[in-house]
Amino acid sequence: MAKTTIVPIGPYHALQEEPEFFKLHVEGEKVVHLDIELGYNHRGIEKLSESKTFEETVFLVERICGICSCSHPIACVQAVEDAGDIEVPERALYIRSTIGELERIHSHLLWLGLAGHFLGFNTVWMWSWRYREDVLDILELISGNRNHYAMMKPGGVRRDIKAEDLPAIRKMLDGLKGPINLFKGAVIDDPLIHARTEGVGVLTKAQAIDYCVVGPTARASGVAIDVRRDHPHAAYGLVDWDVVVMQHGDVYDKAIVRVLEMFESIRIIEQCLEKLKTVPGPVDSNPKEVKPGEGIGHYEAPRGEVFHYIRSDGSNRPARHKVRAPSFMNVVSNRVAVLGETVADATIILAAVDPCYCCTERMAVVDAGTGRKVLSSQELIRLSQEKTERLKKELGHEGPKLKLER
Amino acid sequence: MYYGDIIVQYLVFPGMLFTAVVGLVTSWIDRKVTARVQMRVGPPFLQPFYDIVKYMIKETTVPAGAPAWLFLSAPLIGLAAVSAASTILWRALMVPSETFAGDLIVLIYLLTMPALAVILGSFASCNPLASVGGSREMKLVMGYELPFVLAALVPVIHAQSIRMGDILSASPAVAAPSGVLALLVAMLCMQAKLTLVPFDAPEAETELTGGAYIEYSGPPLGLFKLTRAMMLFTMPMFLVALYCGGIRFGTGWLDIVLGILKYVGLVVVIVLIRNTAPRMRIDQAVKFFWGPVTVVALAAVVLAFMGW
Repeated sequence: MAKTTIVPIGPYHALQEEPEFFKLHVEGEKVVHLDIELGYNHRGIEKLSESKTFEETVFLVERICGICSCSHPIACVQAVEDAGDIEVPERALYIRSTIGELERIHSHLLWLGLAGHFLGFNTVWMWSWRYREDVLDILELISGNRNHYAMMKPGGVRRDIKAEDLPAIRKMLDGLKGPINLFKGAVIDDPLIHARTEGVGVLTKAQAIDYCVVGPTARASGVAIDVRRDHPHAAYGLVDWDVVVMQHGDVYDKAIVRVLEMFESIRIIEQCLEKLKTVPGPVDSNPKEVKPGEGIGHYEAPRGEVFHYIRSDGSNRPARHKVRAPSFMNVVSNRVAVLGETVADATIILAAVDPCYCCTERMAVVDAGTGRKVLSSQELIRLSQEKTERLKKELGHEGPKLKLER
Repeated sequence: MYYGDIIVQYLVFPGMLFTAVVGLVTSWIDRKVTARVQMRVGPPFLQPFYDIVKYMIKETTVPAGAPAWLFLSAPLIGLAAVSAASTILWRALMVPSETFAGDLIVLIYLLTMPALAVILGSFASCNPLASVGGSREMKLVMGYELPFVLAALVPVIHAQSIRMGDILSASPAVAAPSGVLALLVAMLCMQAKLTLVPFDAPEAETELTGGAYIEYSGPPLGLFKLTRAMMLFTMPMFLVALYCGGIRFGTGWLDIVLGILKYVGLVVVIVLIRNTAPRMRIDQAVKFFWGPVTVVALAAVVLAFMGW
């Protein structure tokens, strides 16, 4: 039996732009176990949200993550609209989808660049981030901001997309098709990229279902889930597009899914832009109040389904706000995907789920005196599961019974 | 006076100082071309010099539990070796008739020393990431040395001598098919010797955060970087001398320009390879060198024996 050593990735590591701690237990170069530690950057957003009005909450959730800075707001306003039965004008739906898909393109380009960087392919990194700039420029043209667009509000959107801006958006999209094709070719044709990604970090379909992974991580493993199709919202039920699914669940398939999704995003935006030419305003229904009730909002963020739950007690503030970001489901799947792989491959496997740590961040209880963790994330999850079981017993309610096809 | 002459040659020209300056200029070319390929602006001309000066005025830290003498002498070993290699190589280039027999073998040994220095330094660091980096470097050295020596045999067979002077005086090895094959093999080995992408697994920033160099700081790190820059000059020059006839002095400026062009050409190939490939895993790299590369090197040797 070889001696197990720990190779730390984090809490601060060149691999990650955010604090996060992966403890790789390795024998030689082989990973035999992975510990994931969260809790370095907890901000208490859910609690903070209860002190904001419904309008302010949207700005708050926009700041959960700088990359998904439109996914969280869309999910949040949909939860508010669901709770308060608020109507949304059709034109606003098209604008929401346009912004959401632009964000997906820039997020996938960001991931592609980072993946190239992790594989030591810095030219891919720089090029894909160069083309991402074009998308950010367009987002600035539409919203006035490169990243935090502040476009969403309960009942619609804050700004219309002007008719004179439409040609510029279309031109940018046309200009982007060439580079994305180039990246597609690079991923598909480069023998070294194949050698580094094919069959690496496989997450089987069964494992993907067991770990409830979402988004491109699930779709690369052959699980065809996409909230945009399964639970239509914004304009996704009104335009024609396809869900990209691959079967092998390795890093290569995860890359291909994201590259192909960019083409689908371009398709969606182009149709939305056509509709924006004909569908008249307004873009906001100006709701005056949110009725008491519960509401949920899903949105297919670039990393997968983001879920917001809001309970309204009839006041102007949410009584409870619950957020579940996609990386919360995806990051944990690394525990099986990385097993048996080498340290060299571990970094790209950990990065292949496109983890967003600031979204995922959970509480950890730390003794301020000694700096040692009293309750780590694993223990908190255990406590929470025990509480759920206890509540189920007390209420005599079994909870939903879901059967998933394997 | 004879010893004084040797010391000046070793320390100033064509040894340490000359190699360092040209090496840093070459590293600027590398960084600038890389930046342009990646649609960036790139550093100003003097940036590599600023970097080295800055390393020299930074604090040196030695990790607790590390043997300080080994930890600090490792970069010196590498620097000394590459300076000696450059001195011998340039003496051969400038006065081909005055080199000693077997200097090719000495050169091959000296050019392995910087990699050994990195291995020594990484194991002296007492850091798990450095150890992984060191062991990867070791595997890589074992991978590329065999095909590299085989490739170096080809010009030896052509010139029927292990003296650099004879090899330089004979017609260039690339004139024959076996020489072309050997040059290709040697270029791949050079990429690995310089630990550049796709063979940069030992330091892999995103996996090992610098690997072997992780615990180094200040002057020792600066010396490692300087050694790398000097290798970036010495290795292509060695290949130019071995396969392409080197730089001929004393036959007009055109030959000198031609020699420099051969060198720049090799450097550009190095930079292009490192910008158009992802990193190979270490097991893939070793398989690559012991498999196809060694086979091609053997074929080149056989062809050379047959007189091709």
